[in-house]
Parts: sequence; structure tokens; C-alpha cells
Amino acid sequence: MKIAVCMKQVPAKDAPLRINEAATWVREGDLSFETNEPDAFALEEALRLKEKHGGEVVVVSLGPERVRQVIKEGLAKGAERAIHICDDEFYGLDPLQMAAALAGAVREEKFDLLLTGLQSDDHGFGQTGVVLAELLGLPHATIIMEIEVQNGRVRVKRELEAGWFQWIELPLPAVLTIQSGINKPRYASLKGIMAAKKKEVRDLKRADVLPPDQVATQATKRIYVPEKAKQTEFLQGTPKEAVAKLLEKLKHEARIL
Amino acid sequence: MAAPILVIAEQKQGQLNRQSWETLVAGQQLAETRQAPLAAVLLGKGIAGLAEELAAKKTDEVWLVEHDLLEAYTPDGYAAALRQLIQQLQPALVLLPHTYQVRDFAPKLAASFQRSLISDCIGLGGDSKQTVFVRQMFQGKVNVDVVPAGDPPHFASFQAGAFRADALKEGERKAAIKQAEVELAADQIRSKPEAPFREAKQAVDLSQAEIIVAVGRGIKSPENLDLANRLAALLGAEVGASRPICDEGWLPMERQIGSSGQTVAPKLYLALGISGAIQHVVGMKGARTVVAVNKDANAPIFEVADYGIVGDLFEVVPALIEALEKGS
Ligand SMILES: Cc1cc2nc3c(=O)[nH]c(=O)nc-3n(C[C@H](O)[C@H](O)[C@H](O)COP(=O)(O)OP(=O)(O)OC[C@H]3O[C@@H](n4cnc5c(N)ncnc54)[C@H](O)[C@@H]3O)c2cc1C
Ligand SMILES: Nc1ncnc2c1ncn2[C@@H]1O[C@H](COP(=O)(O)O)[C@@H](O)[C@H]1O
Repeated sequence: MKIAVCMKQVPAKDAPLRINEAATWVREGDLSFETNEPDAFALEEALRLKEKHGGEVVVVSLGPERVRQVIKEGLAKGAERAIHICDDEFYGLDPLQMAAALAGAVREEKFDLLLTGLQSDDHGFGQTGVVLAELLGLPHATIIMEIEVQNGRVRVKRELEAGWFQWIELPLPAVLTIQSGINKPRYASLKGIMAAKKKEVRDLKRADVLPPDQVATQATKRIYVPEKAKQTEFLQGTPKEAVAKLLEKLKHEARIL
Repeated sequence: MAAPILVIAEQKQGQLNRQSWETLVAGQQLAETRQAPLAAVLLGKGIAGLAEELAAKKTDEVWLVEHDLLEAYTPDGYAAALRQLIQQLQPALVLLPHTYQVRDFAPKLAASFQRSLISDCIGLGGDSKQTVFVRQMFQGKVNVDVVPAGDPPHFASFQAGAFRADALKEGERKAAIKQAEVELAADQIRSKPEAPFREAKQAVDLSQAEIIVAVGRGIKSPENLDLANRLAALLGAEVGASRPICDEGWLPMERQIGSSGQTVAPKLYLALGISGAIQHVVGMKGARTVVAVNKDANAPIFEVADYGIVGDLFEVVPALIEALEKGS
């Protein structure tokens, strides 16, 4: 099986965010980055499918130079090669453009299976995988928690709301969007890290994959830190003082304890 | 006349979900500011009764899309049917509730019109000429104002709770119910869905708990759960968790709270080291009193907390345990 995994790099979960002057994105200089969480699970799933059914895994990532780190990690864990669509202004792409650029990079390769995460922590469009499927003319399934491949078809367990699930069968090739928790991602081995240095990374630019007439269909006017709507009562002081105040409130104001 | 606004309602097993009503509220507001007609759409099979419910609300028409191939939901079936209706009605805006089902088909539907979905919106702004959609980025830490670009139709989905279903306006008279004729063939539908199911019956029912001590990734390691367990024992509380804790297997899935887990409404909800992502918050915002302990003063959890302590839970929780032990 030939499997592509779309992996995005996003600001680390506890990175303090500051908005840039143009109010179009955050100040990247301040931040540390990590692999978008479900994308790491998608990579692991791809590696396991390859180990079971043979074939190769290709990591695809669009973003500035810094996303090389995600690519390196993917290669070190066992992906065969990678495609990097280098784009410093990736943050201004709308979801259709983002998916179209990824589609442009993978279309000729005829993958059997393409995996994405279900949502990115930064833009949070929650749709790149589904749009990618539509642009490639492939069937898809979303929020996937289990994958079985059998004779040219794939049977997947899709998460529904409130603890419900559903099995779905699709013909290959197909696109699946992966939910966090589907597996336990591996760590890269020292051997893997060494081997990664010799693996192929194909460098592309936005113009190589995104047709110029693919214009944005939604535009960011500005981004900002939301004003708090709720009047939270913050309890100050040392932990001991704050806790004493809290118990006071819970007893006499909220009348719970 | 202005191009219509279309609201796609969602039904499951013969019931409209609350988020559909909330989205209809968004539609009613936009129809008023933009002076545009409002239409609601319902897909499925044998759902005429639900169309009556929609028609009683303030809307100009209700479109019923019934077909054998729409009985079970598939993204191919839903997208193909809606595509035909949208081509016929030429709406300016298509509004949807941001449910798992909508996440599955709406981006495909929009892409088939060379549009993207303005997803998971939490509010609306703008004027009669241009609508501004407010959505969240960076897991709720930042908001963004988005405007549609290019020609209609444009597509937007709304987060659970973005509008209040009780703000829904009743109609002065019943809206016209119209049958949409759509052509669907079995070979257009590539995926074969099986019946939805629940994993083995749940042993704990957190929905009945009076007090819940919930832990998130801030707890750092499974050994530290002991801290939560001790606090819960002192309070007579159940322990719940955010998704990553259950994904890691530190606590069983049945203790997961949120959109893919349980929905709870205790008297007291103590959130320890939980950031407050929307998928968690939808499961606990019905709690009467919410207390959050988080080291990040800007964590979105404080948006739903009545009382907040900004600090390290490894200092705050032991202090709380000590105070409770002394008090009893
Ligand atoms: C379709 C879908 C369904 C989902 N369903 C669910 C669901 O049902 N339930 C759910 O919970 N999530 C769900 N999620 C995931 C959700 O989006 C969040 O990723 C998740 O809730 C984050 O969990 P967290 O708050 O524990 O972790 P994080 O977001 O990593 O937050 C950890 C928090 O701990 C704080 N912290 C760290 N150390 C300390 C310390 N020492 N003292 C105090 N505070 C500290 C940090 O400041 C941070 O705010 C779903 C996501 C998707 C896309
Ligand atoms: N720039 C990118 N590079 C690689 N993959 C991406 C990129 N943007 C989105 N994706 C993939 O699409 C998924 C959903 O992202 P989103 O639609 O932004 O929520 C992510 O989890 C990734 O797998």
C-alpha cells in the first residue's frame, strides 16, 4: 500500500500566544512548535498499515522552513520519504486553498490511502482532509478510530457523538481523517533518526502545487484575543489562602459544601 | 429580492437536534439584517412530521428532501442531494450546525461549488451588505473575524451553543412545505455504513454525580491521579477526565466528559489542569457551579468558571485536600 500522511506543525499547546501587528496571525518568533496531535496518530496508523500490508509511507507537510522538524520526525519514525511544500505565508490560505495545495502535491502519485488529522490546533478548519478527498475525486470517512484493510477495500470505525460509533466500508483509494487516541504513537529510535538523514525530501513551492486561479473563498479580517464574557471570580493569594477563600465561597455563596 | 438563506437541519431517528434549532436562530437573525427570505431544509426518509415542526417556526419555506438513498446518512448521498437543491434555489448563504455529520459532508459540499466552509462559528457581525463570521483559532484562545470572498453561495457552520434555541421565533403562519426532487443513484454512494452502536455498557454514570473532580493533561502522569482520587473521596465526588487522559488509558473511556464522551450536570464541577476546549466544555457547561484550577490565566476554561484559581494544581490541590481534612 502506498500511503500519504498530511502532517501539520502547530504552536505547542502551552505556548503563550501574541498576535502580530497586522492582526493576521500570531508572532511566530515567540513560539515553540509541535506536530498537530491527531497527525501524529495518523502517522502511526500509516506505519502500522505499511508494516502489515507492505508498501511505503510518505509524509506531506505545507508550511515554512520550521516544518522540517515534523518531516524529520516522520522519517525517523519510519516514513520512507517526504514532500515539503515550503510556504512562509501559509497562514493566509483558506481551507480550499490548503487542500488544493496538498492535492497538487499528491495527485500524480496515486496513493492507495491518504490520512489526515481530523482538525488542526492552529487554524482549526476541521475540513482539509474532506476537501482533499473531494478535489481528488475520492471517497472519505472522518473521525476514524480503527482501520482494517482487506482486498482493495477499507473498513473503518467512525466516532459519532456521545460515545456512539459506526463501522463504514469504502473502496480504495480513499481519504480518512484520524482522531486522537486511535493508537499509541511510537518514539523514534536512534537508528531511525540516523536513517532519516539519508531519506528523500522533495521540496516544492506554493506556485508548484496551487493554481493561481484558486483564490481564497473566505478572508480573515482580523484576529484578536476574545473579551471574557463570563465574570469569573478569581481567588487570589497563596495556594493556602486561595483554597480557604474557595471553600468559603462554596459553603456560603454557592451553598454546595 | 435578496437571495435566500438556507438552513440545513439535522435529524436522527426522527428527531431534530438542538443545534439545528440554534442554527435556525442564526438564520432568522441573518434573514432580518439582510432582508432575505429564509428556507429550512431537511433530508432523510419518512420525515414529513419533522418538516411540520420546522414550518411552525418563523421561516418562509421548508424543503423536504426525501429519498430511499438518504435513509442512512452517507456523505456522498447528502452532498449530491444538497448540491442539486442549492443549484435550484441559488442561496446567498447555506448555514449548518457544526455536528460530526456536518463535519463529514459540508466541506465536500462546499468544495463541489469551489467554496470552503466557514466552520464552527461562534457568532455573527457585520451589516445588511456583508456578514462577518466569528470563529475560533488556536483551540479557543484566539478569535477571528472572517468574511466570505467571491460570489455566493457561501457556507458556514455554527458551534453548539453559539445561539440560544430559546430565542427561536415562532411563525405568524405556517411556512409552505415543499418537496424537492433530487436524482440519486445507488452507484453514486461509495461508502457502506453499518448501524451505529455503543461500546460495552457503561459502568459509571457520571450524569447522576453531584460533584465531579475532572482532570486534564495538566495532571501530567498517571501516578498523579492519586491526588484527584483523594480529593474526590473527601468531597464524595466522582472522577472525570478530558479526552487525552482517557486516550492515554490513565482513566477508562467511560469517565471521559465532552462531545465524544458523557454529558454531565453536577452541582459542582472542579476542573483541574483542563484547558477548556469546546469539545470538553459542551459536556460540562450544564454544571451549576464550575471551579477551575489552571496555571494559565488565559485558558478558555475560565470562560465557563464561576470561581478560578490561577496556579499550579500540584500546589493548589494538596492545599485543598489539607483544608478539607482539617475541616472535617
Ligand atoms: C471531534 C472532537 C471530539 C473531541 N471530544 C472530546 C471530548 O469528548 N472530551 C474532551 O475532553 N476533549 C475532546 N476533544 C479534544 C479537545 O479538543 C481537547 O484537545 C482536549 O479537551 C484537551 O484536553 P486538556 O484540556 O486535558 O489538555 P490541554 O489542552 O493540553 O490542556 C492542559 C491544561 O492544563 C494546564 N496545566 C498544565 N500544567 C498545569 C499545572 N501544573 N497546574 C495547573 N494547570 C496546568 C495548562 O495550562 C492547560 O490549560 C475532542 C476533539 C475533537 C476534534
Ligand atoms: N499545512 C498543512 N500541512 C500538512 N497537513 C495539513 C496542513 N493543513 C491541514 N493539514 C491536515 O489536515 C488536517 C485538518 O486540518 P484543518 O482542516 O486545518 O483542521 C490536519 O490534521 C492535517 O492532517
